[in-house]
Order: sequence, then structure tokens, then C-alpha cells
Amino acid sequence: MTIEQLNEIKAKRADIVKVRTIIREEGEKLAKETAYRKQILVCGGTGCTSSGSMKILEALNEELKATGIQDEILVVRTGCFGLCSLGPIVIVYPEGAFYAQATVEGIKRIVDEHLVKGEICKDLLYKETVHEDGSIISLYETNFYKKQKRIALRNCGVIDPENIEEYIATEGYQALYKVLDSMTPDQVAQEVLDSGLRGRGGAGFPTGRKWMFTKDAPGDVKYVACNADEGDPGAFMDRSILEGDPHAIIEAMTIAAYTVGANQGYVYVRAEYPVAVHRLSIALQQARDYGLLGKNIFGKGFDFDIEIRLGAGAFVCGEETALLTSIEGNRGEPRPRPPFPAVKGLFGKPTLLNNVETYSNIAQIIRNGAAWYASMGTEKSKGTKVFALGGKITNVGLVEIPMGTTLREIVEEIGGGIPNGKKFKAAQTGGPSGGCIPAQYIDTPIDYESLSALGSMMGSGGLIVMDEDNCMVDVSKFYLNFTVDESCGKCTPCRIGTRKLYQLLEKITDGKGEMKDLDTIDELANHMKSSSLCALGQSAPNPVLSTLQYFKDEYIAHIEGKCCPSGVCKNLLQYNIIADKCKGCTLCARNCPAKAITGTVKQPHVIDQSKCIKCGVCISNCKFGAIIKK
Amino acid sequence: MTEKTVVPFQGTPEQEAQLKEVIAKHHDQPGGLMPTLQEAQGIYGYLPIEVQRMIADGLGMSLSEVYGVATFYSQFSLTPKGKHKISVCLGTACYVKGSDKILEAVEAKLGIKSGECTADGKFSIDSCRCVGACGLAPVMLVDEDVYGKLTPEQVGKILDKYDD
Repeated sequence: MTIEQLNEIKAKRADIVKVRTIIREEGEKLAKETAYRKQILVCGGTGCTSSGSMKILEALNEELKATGIQDEILVVRTGCFGLCSLGPIVIVYPEGAFYAQATVEGIKRIVDEHLVKGEICKDLLYKETVHEDGSIISLYETNFYKKQKRIALRNCGVIDPENIEEYIATEGYQALYKVLDSMTPDQVAQEVLDSGLRGRGGAGFPTGRKWMFTKDAPGDVKYVACNADEGDPGAFMDRSILEGDPHAIIEAMTIAAYTVGANQGYVYVRAEYPVAVHRLSIALQQARDYGLLGKNIFGKGFDFDIEIRLGAGAFVCGEETALLTSIEGNRGEPRPRPPFPAVKGLFGKPTLLNNVETYSNIAQIIRNGAAWYASMGTEKSKGTKVFALGGKITNVGLVEIPMGTTLREIVEEIGGGIPNGKKFKAAQTGGPSGGCIPAQYIDTPIDYESLSALGSMMGSGGLIVMDEDNCMVDVSKFYLNFTVDESCGKCTPCRIGTRKLYQLLEKITDGKGEMKDLDTIDELANHMKSSSLCALGQSAPNPVLSTLQYFKDEYIAHIEGKCCPSGVCKNLLQYNIIADKCKGCTLCARNCPAKAITGTVKQPHVIDQSKCIKCGVCISNCKFGAIIKK
Repeated sequence: MTEKTVVPFQGTPEQEAQLKEVIAKHHDQPGGLMPTLQEAQGIYGYLPIEVQRMIADGLGMSLSEVYGVATFYSQFSLTPKGKHKISVCLGTACYVKGSDKILEAVEAKLGIKSGECTADGKFSIDSCRCVGACGLAPVMLVDEDVYGKLTPEQVGKILDKYDD
């Protein structure tokens, strides 16, 4: 591959891809200059695939053939658009018509009415994109997208991740050429450092500094690795980037390898992400076929290749030393640092390890310059951050915002607020290592420093919203249960500390807690923080400490009042049928998954407390308000 | 882990031949044990001690090393799974939307606990941490099928579909 060939591919495809990024007249005009009158994008991310987007794609192709317009219309299977709760998602360009929760019947209408006759099926559009007067707006103009700044996610939901030419069309591999052609390793590392980019895996270490350490470490053989072992349950940005824009990671790793002097790279990815693994494998093969990976890249005498290694379900492998140990084929146990991986990493050699989202910013920093990147964000946290919005929020999905955006903007504007008229209680960031941000701090601008100051952390970017129905003691117990499971067992403070902490929380949610337990929790938590070997143990107490700081009243209600104010903790709850109100309709008994309700028709029913699993199905089914929870 | 009834190992010569190919492929690869175990589990469905022993011999390492790795990672199973594998997501996004109640409904329906297999070998239940379909929370997988936005009362009907 030469730069001329690369530019030729880019020129051939650029306009086609560009139609998907601009709107209205401009887009319509450009579309006329391409071979396709319209383009129809179907989301092939994990979220939409789970809700059936592949069946939609099949039906779409059949219908296009049946109507005989298949040559005028370009069908693109993209990565994640971000609005997972509205899946399966279908978008038609150049109008930018955003069809939500598409169905097989719906797609036939979209082909017949929209693609053939040019009449948009307004009743199938995402309601926020249709105004009262019937005019439609593009997805990019909705509240969900407006405040976002998509850099790491720029190609997700735009290009076909299984076609390298679509990536090349969006300036792909230009940064790699620039680096190999005209930059020294020192210059590259300096550029990354100047951009202010910090590790997006959670710790926030300056990326450029890491690159310099590895570059300067003595040794002939060095490695570059990518951490795609996204373990925080509820965070899925790394997966979406691998699924939606895998070449961005390949290009960035190649740039990193040139900088530090490595010829072999590894991507360590969760085996639970089959789609991501599949797309990455295709991308790697295409990059090799195009001469963008392998021997003598761009004829500049630089060799580099990448191998995929699958994780096998161990959260601790997100920790850098544990991850490298796992690639070596061992139990993924962390080891003490120093020596840091930059000095002694994979197979004992200097190793650069960055997270997926970190890598996804690199090529753009090289192309647009450090100053461009550093112009976004806050004083100490530059650029953007991707968050996975989940939990009790209307727009569940992926969002990318400039650092410094407030939590209120994320939850209320981008996220569309809390469903069912409930009240915002807290947002949890940083997963099992993080903490909660309570409602009184909703106007906090999000960056590394402000989150740490509140006792939480940036983490990998999971942002779980909780409403008044979530019990904070139960939530911290949930996280501790997770860390008990995932502690690797190597060091005592973590192995035994997490279990003891869990038992104390269980005692409280069982209604057997004593006030002195809170002091024990505090003492134990601080010991774990100071003496655990790796970040898993050091940060495992954070969810407890943070909820204890902001929601101590809930702990006290469980201990002294023997009640769970949010009605979650089962051992403090009982469901009962009020005999006077029960009409004996049998609906509750028929729907009870535990067969805990008995009674004859037209006679009051009874709940067998020993069988009741307190799932609440009966209450939601009872039409007479005869069942109470207390 | 509590030891349950040991299912006798019923590997076929075809499976063994496949395993030997896998071992040969990863024999000289640095860190080849993990991919070998992954592919071996793909062949046998689980990793009984007999298979671990063949891998240890094939790769020239001790059985204890192989066993150590096989028991470290949650993806590797030393016991067979049911014909239909149920997996309830207990990731955070699903949990705050009540996936624990989904798991309980599955357990109540089948009369077994998470991590167990029904006596007839039809169903096994596991919990998992995030399949990445957070937009559909709470989520349950039966084999490859994803069921989202679940309520406990839907569980019974869904499982009945697989009771063949």
C-alpha cells in the first residue's frame, strides 16, 4: 500500500460515507453525486442484534430485491448508534430519518413507502424526531445527540465496520502514514502527551507519559497491548468501539508500536463479546490484505502485527498486570508494581498497555494535532469521555460528552430523565470500584478530579442511574457480592476483606444489623484500601463507603428501624393479601412463579410466606389493590 | 464448590482427534493454554479432568497448572451444562431493574439453583455479568436467544418453549 493508493480508495468512497454525517439540503445534494439515491443503515451492534436487527436486515434485502430497487439503495450494517433502548434502529439518508424499534412489517413499509415512493413513514419514526407540524429532524438534532461530541465514537453507527474502505474513507490510516512518513517516535509521544489524553480505562494516567516510559525502557523486544476486557458490568463502550470501528484500534496500536519500538501487539478481549471478536478478526485480516499490518507497512520498513487473545471471565484481568499474566496463559493474578509493565510486562519485556477507548482517540490526535484535542474538556481532563447510561433512565445507551459536562445535562437532557415520573436518587460511576453521586451534586461537572472529590471515580464509564425505588444498602451489597466473586484470592485483605464486608452488609439487610457494625465496616474498608495488592481490593470498599457517606440514614433505617425505606430488602418485607379486598379472581395465584399463593375461586387467597420469593408479580397483577407490601 | 454426582466422561474418538489438532496448533504458541482450554470446551462442552489431563500431557505441563487455570476463570466449567443453557444477567444495569427477581423466578420454575443442572439434563442455570444488552434490561439468555425487558411472570412461558 502506498499513500497514493490509500488516497485513491478514500476518494472513491468518501462522499458516500459523508452523506451519513451531514443533513438536509447539503446531504441531499451530495447524495445526488453518488451512485446511491438513498442509503439505509441498520444497527448491527449487540444491543440491536439482541432485539432482532438481523431479521430486519434480511427482510430489508428481500424487499429491496422484490421491488427491484436494490441497485439504487446502499444497505449498510453499522456498529452501535448509541440509543440502545430504541433498538432495532434503522436510519435512512440523506433525510436522516430515524426509525426506532423497527419490525419486519415496518421495514417492508419503509421500503415500499419511503424508498420507493419517497414518503417517510412518520408513524414509525422515533417520536422526538417528528415535530407537531409534521416536519422531521435528524437524529443529530435530538436532545440525545445535540450535546454530545463524538470523537471516540465518531464512526460508530456511521460506517460498515466490516469494510476497511469505509474506514479509509473517513481519513482512516492517514495518521499512521503521517507518523511513519514524517514523525520520530519522540515526536509522536510528545504529541500524545501534549493532547492531555488520559487513560480511559479508569485510572486516568497521562497516556503520553506511558508511551514515553515504554519507549525509553531498555530492551530489543517490546510489546503493545490493548485492554478490551471490559469488566465493569454495565459499561459497554469498548465493545461498541470494537464492533463499530475496529480499524481505529488497529491504526492506533500500530502508531503506538512504532512509537515504543514494538513489532507484536495483543488485544485481550472478553470472550463474552463474540460480535466484537468477529469484527476485529475481519478487520485484522483486511488490514493485512491491504498491507496496513504486517511487514514493511507503507514501505517504510516498519513491521507490526496483532493477535487476539480471549479472556475467560475474570474481572481482575482488567488490572494491567493480571491481564498480561493471563495473556501468558496463566491464572490472571496481579503482581506487585513496580516494576511497571512499561519496564517489565508481557513475557518479561517492556509493554505498553492502553484501553480501547484511549486508543480510539489516537489517530485523530495525530491528524488534528494535540492542541485540537486539548481545546476540549476541563483544565486537567482533556477531550471527551464515553459513558454507558444504564439503569433508571429513559435513553439507555452510549453517549460521548466533552469532559466538564454536568451530571444534570447527562441525566436530564441527553438521557431524557427518569422514566415513570420517579425521582433521581443517585448515579453510580466507576462500577464495583466506584461510588455514588447523590442528587445534591447533580450539577457537578464530570471530570477525573471532581468525581474523585465526591468519593467516586471516572472508571471505565459505566453510569448507572438509580431512582427512589433502589435501596442503596442493597446496591452496595450487590457490588460487594461481585467483588467477592471476582477477587482472585492472592492477597488476604481483598480475599477475606470483601467477604467480611459482604457479610456485614447482609446482616444489615437481613434486619440483624447493629450500629457498631457501621464502625467495623469503616475500619475494615480502610484496611482494605491501604493494604490490598491491586486496585480491585483497594477500591472494592468504595461503593460501601460512598453510600455510607451520602445515605447513612438508609443504613440506620435498616439497623434501627428494621425496615427498608425503598422496599427492596426481602427479609425486611412481607407481601400479604387483605382478605376483605380479595375477590378470589385467582389471577395472582395463576401468575405466581413460586406457586406460593393458594385459595379457591371467589374466596380470599393466602400467600405462603415460606414459599414467597417476594418478586412482586402478584401486586402488579391485582386489580383490586388487595395485596400490600410492608 | 460442592461436589455433585459425577457424570461419567463420555468422550468420543472423534472428539479426541479434534482435541489433538487443537493441542498441536497451540503447542508452540506462547501462552497457548488458555486458547487450548477454550477450544477444548467448545469440543466437549465442558472440561472434565480427563480432558484436562490430555491437555496437560499434550502441552507438556503439569495437570495442576492446567487445573489451576481451568478453575480460575468463570467461563470454564468442570461439570456438564444442560441441553438448554439459561443465563440471567446480573450486571448492574439489569440488577437495578430487578434481574435478581428474574433469576429467582427461573430457579423457582425449575426447582434448581443458579450453577446447577436439572436432573433430566434439560436445563442449567447460570448468572452472568453483562451481555452488553443494557438497553433491554433485565435480560436473560436461553442458549443463543436473548430475552429482554423481562418481568418475572414471563419466565414460565419462555421456558415452556424449550421443554421439548
